[in-house]
Amino acid sequence: MDQLFDVSLFASTLRMVTPILLAALGGALCSRVGLFNVGLEGLILIGAFSAIVGNHLTGNVWLAVLFAIVCVSVFSALMAYMSIHLKANIIVVGISLNFLAAGLTTFSLRAIFNVKGAFYDKDMVGLPKWDIPLLKDIPWLGDVVSGHSPLVYLSIVLVFVLQYYLFKSVSGFRLLAAGENPTAARSLGIKVTRIQYGAILMCGVLCALAGAQLSLGQVTMFTEGMTAGRGFIALVATMLGQSSPLGVLGSSMLFGLMDALSTRLQGFAVPVHFTMMLPYLVTIVAMFFFKDKSYMQEARKANESSR
Amino acid sequence: MLLQLDKITKSYGTVTANREVDFSLRAGEIHALVGENGAGKTTLMRILYGMETPTSGSIAVQGEEKHFSSPTDAIRSKIGMVHQHFMLFPSFTVAENIVIGREPSKAVGFDRKEAAAQTEALARQYGMPVDPWQKVEDCSLGMQQRVEILKVLHQGAEIIILDEPTAVLTPLEVKELLVAIKALSAKGKSFILISHKLQEIMEVADRITVLRDGRVTGTVNAEDTNVEELSRLMVGRDLVEMIRETPNPGKTVLEVKGLTIRGGQLHPALNDVNLHVRAGEIVGIAGISGNGQSELLQAVSGLLNPDEGDVLLLGESMKGQSVRTIRERGMAHIPEDRYQWGVAKGASVMENGLMGHYRKYQRNGILRGSAIRKLVSGWVQQFGIKTGSIHTKAQNLSGGNLQKLIVARELAQNTPFLIAAEPTRGVDVGAMEIIHGELLKKRAEQGAILLVSSELTEILKLSDRILVMNEGRIVGELSAESATEQQISLLMAGGKAVG
Repeated sequence: MDQLFDVSLFASTLRMVTPILLAALGGALCSRVGLFNVGLEGLILIGAFSAIVGNHLTGNVWLAVLFAIVCVSVFSALMAYMSIHLKANIIVVGISLNFLAAGLTTFSLRAIFNVKGAFYDKDMVGLPKWDIPLLKDIPWLGDVVSGHSPLVYLSIVLVFVLQYYLFKSVSGFRLLAAGENPTAARSLGIKVTRIQYGAILMCGVLCALAGAQLSLGQVTMFTEGMTAGRGFIALVATMLGQSSPLGVLGSSMLFGLMDALSTRLQGFAVPVHFTMMLPYLVTIVAMFFFKDKSYMQEARKANESSR
Repeated sequence: MLLQLDKITKSYGTVTANREVDFSLRAGEIHALVGENGAGKTTLMRILYGMETPTSGSIAVQGEEKHFSSPTDAIRSKIGMVHQHFMLFPSFTVAENIVIGREPSKAVGFDRKEAAAQTEALARQYGMPVDPWQKVEDCSLGMQQRVEILKVLHQGAEIIILDEPTAVLTPLEVKELLVAIKALSAKGKSFILISHKLQEIMEVADRITVLRDGRVTGTVNAEDTNVEELSRLMVGRDLVEMIRETPNPGKTVLEVKGLTIRGGQLHPALNDVNLHVRAGEIVGIAGISGNGQSELLQAVSGLLNPDEGDVLLLGESMKGQSVRTIRERGMAHIPEDRYQWGVAKGASVMENGLMGHYRKYQRNGILRGSAIRKLVSGWVQQFGIKTGSIHTKAQNLSGGNLQKLIVARELAQNTPFLIAAEPTRGVDVGAMEIIHGELLKKRAEQGAILLVSSELTEILKLSDRILVMNEGRIVGELSAESATEQQISLLMAGGKAVG
């Protein structure tokens, strides 16, 4: 057991959790304005791929992240336009986006890099590892917390920024209002459509960062379908966390731990396919806990009664 | 003149909702706007509140011509509106609901303490006490309405539009509201009051404007008029005094025995309820809403399984039977909440009318289109349902017209037993006359009717026997001849019957 739950397990948890956490925060923003974004998976995948492309083209890891944000924003803007402006069902839009992303990245992999399955270039530089002064000198904790990519730290900071924004700021209050009762919000002159666009675009940015962490954070490579369902786990984390940033942090940590554990267990002669199942098993178990008290249902109820 | 609407016309394609409507409001005045469902009251107010733009005509506030393109413009001109369906955020606190749109802030932060302080100051200033930290979903409907009015006042409104403000309130809350409106108008606020309830309007309004088919049929001072004249202006003819024949009850159709449903928080939702309804009889159930009436109706109609007791329809136990079986054995049901139980909003008038009738109107599993169209068109004519066509979506009909559709549909089932729950909620006098007439006709044809209504006048007008419910129990039975409003009110509030 000691070997299982050691420093590196928790350190890798933190690493694994980042893409899930970032995407789940984006999902939380969307669900707070009444949009159920199932396209997280696709947005992360596009983010991961475009980060590698950006890195390959510019050779600068920060420009690569920026490039990923721009690319994903194009797709999230498309999603927002279709679901808000054209009033298409957002679930359908999200699912088609996921398939589009899977196909497009595979195709582009071949078109741009002329490879199948995965792209790796040893000259590419990944995200830097930051040692946190003082903190890194604390035994155990230092080893767990220090030495991660900046995006890992950014994701944690964003949790608190978003928590403050949603529940303490005027602008966040109006965002919540727009999600809880759009008709009423509109009657008060709150620009609901603009807020919904803003939420989806912000979600896009967060998913781009999630993708960048995935492809540049640990391994600096892109493989087909490398998100491996993380977008959906993020979606569950959103719901389990009741769409509140701190709640999302908690639930994402749980899934991150399971993710790290499944990798670790492979070293313990547990069949690979069983350990790969673990995060998803936890997802299903988690479903039992949020059942009918989910925030989304309340929001939906409120919307119905207002008509 | 504080507000002047001049020759407002609004057409949607070929339908004209408002035709050259003139309307004016003085400072400190309560001006009621009455008319049947679909007469154009709401459209007119939506124009005034900037939610619609008029096809022609002009709006002037304090002599200055205004063009409103959104509610924000109207709010800026100190016009506020309390909508019929509240525009509140249930999970937010009272204070948050009141200050929204003009939140007090510290830097970028929302200063909730200041919001609560402002709410309290406002509540004190206008004598409408509220708890700023309470969540709106935990407030009673009367309290929610108070929050709506305070919200409008917080926006700085001088002209307040109230759309059907008393529709959802209990009699006591209605009294409180009317007192509050009068007090506010004495403080210089002006009100436009939209309502069906002529009694209330006579009590509170200074002037009354009547709309019929989008036109103004009269603007009168409240003191120079009476309910009869107003009804005539609204409907365009005299209302017929309803004649109730003496009851001639036959055999028992519905019998409820010891019905108990647990699960209330303090006491069971239904506690040992016994009642029976005979053929040719209307039994009215009075009570403040939420005292077990909904549970009783659901248990009788088979939507809810009782924990104890039994429901007998025509002598047969309906325990554990499906709604379909119960309906086929002889029950029709005008449900209390028309949006939740009564209609599918996205379906057409025809499809909604077909519900419950589809098994009769089919051949080999294929619906008989022309027969169905004839059936539903017949109802539309008979009940005067205002709808574009029978293919219009139900959600585009006004509440009263939707109610007429539901009543027509359920009466057409022609069953020995009918549940009529709030059959005229939100319905105008003309439609109310039709619906009441149809219910009495069914009674004359030896139908058994269980009537549940929060309107005492309706209970007194229609019922042969009156049962009063309080906290899930039947606390009194009165005969129609001897019952008075005071007696029932006392029982409803949980008091003891005297004599």
